[in-house]
Amino acid sequence: MDTSLDNSRTLAPGGRSLHRFANPGRFLRLSGAVLPYLAVAAVVLTLGGLAWGLFVAPADYQQGDAVRIIYVHVPAAWLASAGYLSLAVCAVLSLVWRHPLADLAAVEIGPVGAAFTALCLATGSLWGKPMWGAWWVWDARLTSVLVLFFLYLGHIALVRAFDDPVRGYRAGAILALVGVVNLPVIKFSVDWWNTLHQPSTLTVTGAPSMHVDMLWPLLTCILGFSLGFAAIVVARVRAAVMERRIRGLLLAQAQGADGRAEGGAA
Amino acid sequence: MTHLPFILGSYGLALVLGVGFAVDAWLRVGRARRRLAAIDPRQQRERRREPG
Repeated sequence: MDTSLDNSRTLAPGGRSLHRFANPGRFLRLSGAVLPYLAVAAVVLTLGGLAWGLFVAPADYQQGDAVRIIYVHVPAAWLASAGYLSLAVCAVLSLVWRHPLADLAAVEIGPVGAAFTALCLATGSLWGKPMWGAWWVWDARLTSVLVLFFLYLGHIALVRAFDDPVRGYRAGAILALVGVVNLPVIKFSVDWWNTLHQPSTLTVTGAPSMHVDMLWPLLTCILGFSLGFAAIVVARVRAAVMERRIRGLLLAQAQGADGRAEGGAA
Repeated sequence: MTHLPFILGSYGLALVLGVGFAVDAWLRVGRARRRLAAIDPRQQRERRREPG
């Protein structure tokens, strides 16, 4: 039996409202209603944005058509960091409020975030070879993203390394929180150090340093990739919730069969 | 178009990764739903209550 909701009396402030969404049945109903729209929007925006970037957006006057790689590279880089941040948010929800869905979400975000980080590194290499003449340089931005990839791999391994899954969730949550220190290093590495990687093109406060004909397809791709990431994670968490219920039911059935066998023997 | 192999490589990797994760998640949800429907007593009771 899953007793992870039994600690609601010892919740930190704010935990009760969060636990309204911890009910697996409620999560399955809500996510089942939202997921089709999320998936369709993700597919339309991603394919539309990629086609826009590949066939309509102009080539760069210096980089030529290689600039079109940014329509994959930038969304992947954004999701590598955003995915790790969501992992850290799950860690806080798990460690402070003992939110049971946060543990499952963290386990499911890890592989997806690692894959998008690998995509960011691979597309960066595919852009770097024709532009810099090298597949890889030990630049501060590239190295800090590689460290992020290793943090993801460490989290994936750690949450699965214990026989007791709860111990794995706790250890993974601590690693996720420790690794958050790498996110500002990634963001500001191009400002703090003299890097080969270019400075940020998109900032929250300043005007973007790229032409609007390139900016719109890039923003479309970022939105499409983000919705795709969310849809994949929601679907994986749905599967994980159902698998946990299956394990609970099978365990209860096995314990019931054991009890009947012992009763019969006596 | 210049640098075509690099561009196609990038787009291809993105599509393979996205489609791969999406199909894996879809199959996993379907498998879990079927197994749960087969063993969950609550779902079995609901099925019995349905007319026909």
